[in-house]
Amino acid sequence: MTNPVPPALIFICSALLVPFFKGRWKSAFLLLIPVVGFLNLISIPEGNHWILRFLDHHLILGKVDRLSLLFGYIFHLISLIAILYALHVKDDLQHMAGLVYAGSALGVVFAGDFFSFFIFWEMLTISSIFLIWGRRTGRSLGAGFRYLLVHAAGGLCLLAGIVLHVKQTGSIEVGYLGLKGLDTYLIFFGFGLNCAWPLLHAWLTDAYPEATITGTIFLSAFTTKSAVYALARAFPGTEALIWIGAIMTGFPIFYAVIENDLRRVLSYSLINQVGFMVCGIGIGTHLAINGAVSHAFNDILFKALLFMAMGAVMYRTGKINGTALGGLYKTMPLTCIFCMVGAASISAFPLFSGFVSKSMVMDAAGEGHMKLIWFILLFASAGVFHHAGIKIPYFAFFSHDSGMRPKEAPINMLLAMGITAFLCIFIGSYPWLLYRLLPYTDVAYNPYTAPHVLGQTQLLFFSALAFSLLLLSGIYPAEQRCVNLDVDWFYRKGAGLLYRIMDRGLNTLNNASERIFVNGIAGTLARFSKDSVARLVLLPLVSFWILKGTRGEILEFKKTKIYTDISEGTLPIGLGAGVAAAFILVIFWMM
Amino acid sequence: MEKESQNQGPESSTPNAASKKYLFDDPRNVKILLRSFFSSLLVLLLIDFLVSKHPHFPWESWPEFYAVFGFVACVALVLAAKYILRPLVKRREDYYD
Repeated sequence: MTNPVPPALIFICSALLVPFFKGRWKSAFLLLIPVVGFLNLISIPEGNHWILRFLDHHLILGKVDRLSLLFGYIFHLISLIAILYALHVKDDLQHMAGLVYAGSALGVVFAGDFFSFFIFWEMLTISSIFLIWGRRTGRSLGAGFRYLLVHAAGGLCLLAGIVLHVKQTGSIEVGYLGLKGLDTYLIFFGFGLNCAWPLLHAWLTDAYPEATITGTIFLSAFTTKSAVYALARAFPGTEALIWIGAIMTGFPIFYAVIENDLRRVLSYSLINQVGFMVCGIGIGTHLAINGAVSHAFNDILFKALLFMAMGAVMYRTGKINGTALGGLYKTMPLTCIFCMVGAASISAFPLFSGFVSKSMVMDAAGEGHMKLIWFILLFASAGVFHHAGIKIPYFAFFSHDSGMRPKEAPINMLLAMGITAFLCIFIGSYPWLLYRLLPYTDVAYNPYTAPHVLGQTQLLFFSALAFSLLLLSGIYPAEQRCVNLDVDWFYRKGAGLLYRIMDRGLNTLNNASERIFVNGIAGTLARFSKDSVARLVLLPLVSFWILKGTRGEILEFKKTKIYTDISEGTLPIGLGAGVAAAFILVIFWMM
Repeated sequence: MEKESQNQGPESSTPNAASKKYLFDDPRNVKILLRSFFSSLLVLLLIDFLVSKHPHFPWESWPEFYAVFGFVACVALVLAAKYILRPLVKRREDYYD
C-alpha cells in the first residue's frame, strides 16, 4: 500500500465524488470508503504525523496514540454500518453530508493542534445539519436552525477559549489541560455543549428525532462521542465531570419514561449513556478512563442498532410514536430481534456489550468509595433498562396490536442491523479483543465474576418485574400525544419573546425617531433655513422702500417677489454674487 | 406525512393477515413466557445465597440487595415521572407550532 494519508481526508474527498457515481457503482463506492479508510488507518504507526507549518505554529493532522486509535476504529466501523443502512437513499446530499460528518469526526479525533481541531469541530456541526434538514419537513427545518445556533454559540465559546489559551501558553498542541483559568473553562464549556451536558442538552433531544431515518445513525455516533474523546484527552480526572456525568445518567430517564416519540426516548437514553462516559473521565483512574472509552465504543454500536431498528419501523410504517405502534413483531420479526439485542446491550445484560464496559465505570466509582455517585449510576442502570431496554421494544413490537402488518425492513437495513447485533453479542461474550485496544494496558478487568453477573441480572430482572406489575396494574403512564417541555423551552419561547420585545421596543423607537427627527426637527430646520434668510433680507429692504416712499400694492408686490426669489433660490446671478462678495468683504473687515 | 417512509397501512397487508395467528396471539404462549419469567426470578433469588460476594460497599453483600434495589428504583422512577414530572412539563402536541 502507498503512504497513509490523514484519515479525515479519505472521507471528505470521497464525499465530493459521490455525485459522479450511479446505481450499483455508487453503492459499491460508498461501501468501499470506510474499508479503504480502515486499511489506511491500520497502516499508520503511533506518533505525530502530517505536521504542517502554519504562521508560527505547527499543525498536526495525525496525533495517533491508543486513545485516538480506538475512536478511529469505531468511527470507521460505524461509518460502514451507517452507509450500508442508508444505501437505499437516493439523496446524494445525505450521503455526502454523512461522509463529511464522519470525516470531520475523524479529523477531531486525530487533530494534534487546536487550530485544525477547531476547524473539524465546526465542520461536524455544518455537515451534520444537512442530515437534519434532509428530512425536508417544517419541523426538521426549525430544529436544524436551533441546532445550528446552539452549536455556533458553543463553537464560539470554544474558539474564545482556544485563543486565550494560545495567547497565554503560546502552544496550540492538543493535550491535557485541566481546569486552570478562564481559557480552560471556556474550552471545557465548548466541549460540554457537544457532549450534551445537563441544561446544554436540549439541542440533542430536539434535533435528533427530527433528522432523517438514516441520518440519525450518523448523528448518534459522532458529535457526542468526539466530545467524549476531547474530554478524555484534555480533562481526565476533572472532579466536576464526575457530578456532571452522574446527573446526565439520572435526569434523562425520567423524561424517557413519559416521552411518546420513540426516537426521542432513544435521544434521552443517549444522554444517559454519555453520562457514564463523562463520569468515568471525571473519576480519571486508568480503570475509569478505560471504562469510559470502551463504553463509548459499545454505545456507538448498540445505540446505532436501536436507532436503526426504530428507523426501520418508521421507514415501513411512517410512524414513530408509541401510541401509534404495536404488534409489529408479527411481520417484522428480524427487526424485532435486532432491536431486542440492542436493548439487551444498552441495559448491560451479561453476554451483551454494555455489560463489559459500563461496569468498569461503576467499579471505578466503587474503588473510589463514591457512595452517592455509585447509587446514582446504579439507579440509572436500572432506569435505562426500564426505558430503553423494555419500553422501546415493547411499545414498538408488542403492546396493543396497532393492526399494521408492514413488510420486513429492506435487506440493506437488515444486514446493517445484523452486523451490529452480532458485534454487540460478540463484544459482550468475548470482551478481551476490545480490552486489548483500550488506552491503558496496566489494568486487568474481568466483568464475568459470579457476584457481578448475578447482581446485574437481579437488578435487570426485578426492574422488568416492576415494569410488568406497573403495566398490569395500570399505573404505568400511558403513552400520550403531547410535548414535554425541556430546557429548549427557554430559547424556543424565549426567541419569540425576544422577537416581540425587539418588535415593540425597536419599532416604537424607530417611529418616535421618525416623528421627532425626520418629520419634526429636520422639517423645522428646513423651513427655518429657507424662511429666515428671506425675512432677514426683507427687513432692511422694506425699511429702505418705505423710506423711499413706496407704498401699497407696489410694496406688497416687491416684498412677495423678493421673498419667493430668495426662498426658492431664483435670485438673478448678479445679485447672489453681489451678496457673496459683500459677505466676504464683511468677513475680511471683521478679521 | 413522512416523506422517506413507505406508508403501508393495514389495508396493504396480505389478505389472510387478519386470520393468521402469530406467536403471542395464543394465550398459552404468553402464559409460558410469564411462567418462565417468574420462575427465573425465583431462581435468581435463590442463587443469591450460594454466591460469595466481594463488595466495594457493605450493602452489596446484603441478601437480595440488587433485586430489591432494581424493583424499588423502577417503581420510584415511574411514579416520579408520572406524578411529578409529567404534570410539570406536559403540553399540547402543537405547543410550539
